[in-house]
Amino acid sequence: MSVFLQQLINGLSIGSVYALMAVGYSLVYSIMNFSNFAHGGVIMIGSYIGFFAMTAFQMPFAAAFCTAALGTGLLAVIIERIAYSPLRKRNAPFLYFIISAMGVSIFLENIIIASPIGPTFRTYPKVFGTVPFMVGGVNIGRLDVMMFVISAISLMILIFIIERTRTGMGIRASAYNLRASALMGVNTDRIILIVFGLGGLLAGIAGVLFGMKYTVYPQIGNITLKSFIAAVFGGLGSLPGAVIGSVLLGIIETFTSGYLSSQFRDLIAFVLLIFILVVRPRGLMGKVTEDKA
Amino acid sequence: MDWFYIKGILILSGINLMAVLGLSLLTGFTGLFSFGHAGFMAIGAYVTAMGTMKLGLPFIPALFLGAAGAALASFFIGRLTLNLKGDYFCIATLGFGEAIRLILDNVQYFGGARGWPGIPVSTNLTTVVIIDVIGVAILANLIRSRHGRNFKAIREEELASQTIGINVFRYKMTALMISAAYAGVAGGMLAHLLGFIQPKMFQFIKSTELTITVIFGGLGSISGSVIGALVLTSLPELLRTFATWRLVVYGAAVVFIMISRPQGLMGGYEITPANIRKLLSRRQGLAGKKQAAGGDKE
Repeated sequence: MSVFLQQLINGLSIGSVYALMAVGYSLVYSIMNFSNFAHGGVIMIGSYIGFFAMTAFQMPFAAAFCTAALGTGLLAVIIERIAYSPLRKRNAPFLYFIISAMGVSIFLENIIIASPIGPTFRTYPKVFGTVPFMVGGVNIGRLDVMMFVISAISLMILIFIIERTRTGMGIRASAYNLRASALMGVNTDRIILIVFGLGGLLAGIAGVLFGMKYTVYPQIGNITLKSFIAAVFGGLGSLPGAVIGSVLLGIIETFTSGYLSSQFRDLIAFVLLIFILVVRPRGLMGKVTEDKA
Repeated sequence: MDWFYIKGILILSGINLMAVLGLSLLTGFTGLFSFGHAGFMAIGAYVTAMGTMKLGLPFIPALFLGAAGAALASFFIGRLTLNLKGDYFCIATLGFGEAIRLILDNVQYFGGARGWPGIPVSTNLTTVVIIDVIGVAILANLIRSRHGRNFKAIREEELASQTIGINVFRYKMTALMISAAYAGVAGGMLAHLLGFIQPKMFQFIKSTELTITVIFGGLGSISGSVIGALVLTSLPELLRTFATWRLVVYGAAVVFIMISRPQGLMGGYEITPANIRKLLSRRQGLAGKKQAAGGDKE
């Protein structure tokens, strides 16, 4: 039983960080209808910003954390302006967006490798201490608790913005129908920038948390394939779906590596992706759209 | 640069060209986007290597076996996913490509994640060139046939093609299977060039590279795919001196192409003797009325 609880807690903490990434993905998908493969690169940059803020600049954790989030928010907006905005103006098909995103992703990953930072693995300084909490025979790592708490707070703030503010109403309207929203006087160009900015902020947070949990290296962005699976699992374009899908995926993964073998962890994730696409392409909570299912 | 080195680059370009040609049919002419063709290359590579190493077949029959293996896999994959549209089909192929690689990682019969060494080195420039020429000839004739027009009709307007009686699912399946077979041949040749294969060689990034090459050459153009494969395989080799920066340039170039010239190098035009003659005569101002030099302009 305690093994079960242990795995559940590990799964929840990983799943909550997947959720941060998946929500950023899903937000962009809900409005632009394309899979933003550059998201992984943004997460990786966030991870590096946080790392260097804490080591080279000796910032306290909170300051480094905010720097990373703001930095990636800005980066995501710049990427939108350079790589997607010209395509958007031309009404290019979704594939061009995907390829452009791939280009950005290759660019970001390799510019880190080519720069003096290089391809080495780096370890974050230990901020939260390594002594775990003991609750009824179950070890709960301090970092795992912080990952869960920080992710949950960030997601709640995001949901507040989307559900309760005027801008959020604009985002929801644009997700429903971009063109109609523009006709109703929503500044969709601004909304798209805000969506990329929000996605970027979350990516930065996820990057820092992942960097702390594992290590920082240029290919860390590949982890977004997982959040992408989670987003499809929950239903592309649906934010609650992305959160639920991520948490479930995190739990499924930790149970696979706990009870079967960690070799099968990634395989299970991709098999799940295919299974969902075949059986229920709109995912757990995705909206029904005729031309997609 | 000595001939040995240039020959190596040419062989690699020829192998990539084969995979790109197949993807060109699927992406450029039928309008389906796949991010899983590295998976088909992997199947081709492993099945071909199985043919020569375990079954004792000669190289060429083993290549056929590899192509058949990849096509068979694509048949099952197609049955499951070809009804998905746009983004979802992309994602499904991505999932399959990765799943194939991860499964191969765990098959100890083929050496698992450590790879499979000792494959006979049978691929040389002559075989690659001959296979490429056959590949281009088959594809060019297919595209010019009735079936080729059906592929293009599906690309342009799926619903309308269905309405006029084209069996959309069957044509998509044909395109997918042919493209998988091409990728399988490419994989088989690669295995017998390097003498060593490893699941890691067929990662998601490899599929992306293939798709990028097709788009770089121009969607809906076989000549574009040929030029794209030759340029994009040899360019990184020529830039070897900046080893680490070349992929940075590559990534930036992909974005630049997308935002500045999304129709790619050839933009749907073909280089055929007739088109060259037309272009030349237009240059001389003899056939001013002929507007386009291309056979199948979009």
